[in-house]
Amino acid sequence: MIELTNVTKEFKSKKRKIVGVDNVSLTIDSGEVYGIVGYSGAGKSTLLRCMNILERPTSGEILIDGIDLLQLSGRKLREARQSIGMIFQGFYLVSSKTVYENVAFALKAAGVPDKKIRPRVNHLLELVGLTDRTNQYPSQLSGGQKQRVSIARALANNPKVLLCDEATSALDPNTTKSILALLKKINRELGLTIVIITHEMEVVKEICHRCAVMRDGRVIEQGSTYEIFSNPTEPLTKKFIETILDFQLPEQLLETITGKLVRLHFWGELAAEAIVSDVLQNFSVKGNILHGKVEYIRDVPLGIFVMEVNGEPRETEAAIDYLRERVSKVEVINNG
Amino acid sequence: MASIIELLPELNVAFFETLLMVGIALLVAIFIGLPLGIVLYVTDKGLFLENSWIKAIVGVVINLIRSIPFIILLVFLLPFTQWLVGETIGPLAASVSLSVAAIPFYARIVESAAREVDKGVIEAAIAVGASPWMIIKDIIFPEAKPGLISGLTITAISLIGYSAMAGTIGGGGIGDLAIRYGYYRYDDTVMFTTVILLIVLVQFIQYLGDFIAKTVNKK
Ligand SMILES: Nc1ncnc2c1ncn2[C@@H]1O[C@H](COP(=O)(O)OP(=O)(O)OP(=O)(O)O)[C@@H](O)[C@H]1O
Ligand SMILES: [Mg+2]
Repeated sequence: MIELTNVTKEFKSKKRKIVGVDNVSLTIDSGEVYGIVGYSGAGKSTLLRCMNILERPTSGEILIDGIDLLQLSGRKLREARQSIGMIFQGFYLVSSKTVYENVAFALKAAGVPDKKIRPRVNHLLELVGLTDRTNQYPSQLSGGQKQRVSIARALANNPKVLLCDEATSALDPNTTKSILALLKKINRELGLTIVIITHEMEVVKEICHRCAVMRDGRVIEQGSTYEIFSNPTEPLTKKFIETILDFQLPEQLLETITGKLVRLHFWGELAAEAIVSDVLQNFSVKGNILHGKVEYIRDVPLGIFVMEVNGEPRETEAAIDYLRERVSKVEVINNG
Repeated sequence: MASIIELLPELNVAFFETLLMVGIALLVAIFIGLPLGIVLYVTDKGLFLENSWIKAIVGVVINLIRSIPFIILLVFLLPFTQWLVGETIGPLAASVSLSVAAIPFYARIVESAAREVDKGVIEAAIAVGASPWMIIKDIIFPEAKPGLISGLTITAISLIGYSAMAGTIGGGGIGDLAIRYGYYRYDDTVMFTTVILLIVLVQFIQYLGDFIAKTVNKK
């Protein structure tokens, strides 16, 4: 659905040249929810804005649904944009227009005839759950409600793609959840392809099928969200994952550790307890779970546990070998 | 007191002359200054009709007119006024130079009012595929409305001040009256009356402008 090839965006000021996006190639499939994470200034927004030519890339190619956007201008480009919805962190609603008028504007912009506008707006407001706010002004709405209006506006012309720039970053955790649930529903029911930019791994974990990590304008790692969470390779990716899966043990505790410290990964299964008790029965070692939890990445469980294994060196080795066969991944953190 | 009553008909005429010339100049400001201000804004760097040539040319012309003191503009424009309305005295003649002054004055105010519109809102409109004209008409215009109206208030009040200068070369209006009686005949009563009249007029316009600006503001 979205194909970026060698997209580069440079900003030239008098003194220097800033590379916002550096030679990025990405393919996002139809019906997919795709996340892009990275620290501030990594170039996430710039990349996203290239996808609907709010920012014209310096070089590269952008295909949306097979259409080469960079070949378009004027009216043709405006028509293409109507099939690419976009929502923002700051909502950007027109403060002098009511909820109804804000959504209707998108339809007017696309030249929808007047008599078709009302039923369509009403349908959209129903979809986002705002039928009781039709005639209110943005200043009378909460952040979550504003984002719902902006989602309704973005969906007005039946787009195939929805671009979200930090759509939940200005919202509290509960409101974030409800907006993510709405995006999930839209993805499922309308089959919309969604690209989400965020710095919150929580968001990626919740709804993204795949994701990419950006740094200095480049995509440094990408893969299925589950792969990224369970087996990150780049240090920056690991740092992001740690915001959700952090198993640092307190210094004080580490000093008292006498055995071997291992981290056990359980990918897609909930068998941790059974396997650990098996080990303790079959080998004369003591096991002590010090840390761990099960996260659900788009509803698939990912369990990570930190365990101290204590016993004779040979027995300990054998126990760990046994674990290696039974669990998805074993990392020996310290050798006791 | 007697002199005021004697003066009442003339005061009345002067008052409506002032309203006439300021009114004409305001209309011209709305019909020419407003579009020019919008042009200045939308051709700015990074905006959807970015065009440094148009921006520069309009900007230079506007600055040129604005840098001429009004009293000199008044004299400078006399031939043009003669050509346009066939006379150089009276409120109609005065409204020509007032209009010429009002256009760049309001255009700059419009430009800065438009600049106050959240760039993100404009971007969101571009993202839904709106045409430049729709963005101007349906986004920038309503969003900048409170600023446009209070800018019009400021323009009107400045024009009342200018109209008094136009009075000095026979433009008519309250200013003319004040100068004829107050300055040439040392008639304090008339002087005070006209000053009070001007104060009341300015206060009223300010009040009205603020009221309208507040009513249209949905922020
Ligand atoms: N219009 C612009 N002019 C000049 N430089 C820009 C412009 N827009 C972005 N940049 C630069 O490009 C780089 C990437 O910016 P971008 O906004 O894409 O980052 P981001 O990852 O979205 O960050 P954030 O999380 O803070 O939104 C930054 O160094 C930024 O300063
Ligand atoms: Mg950003």
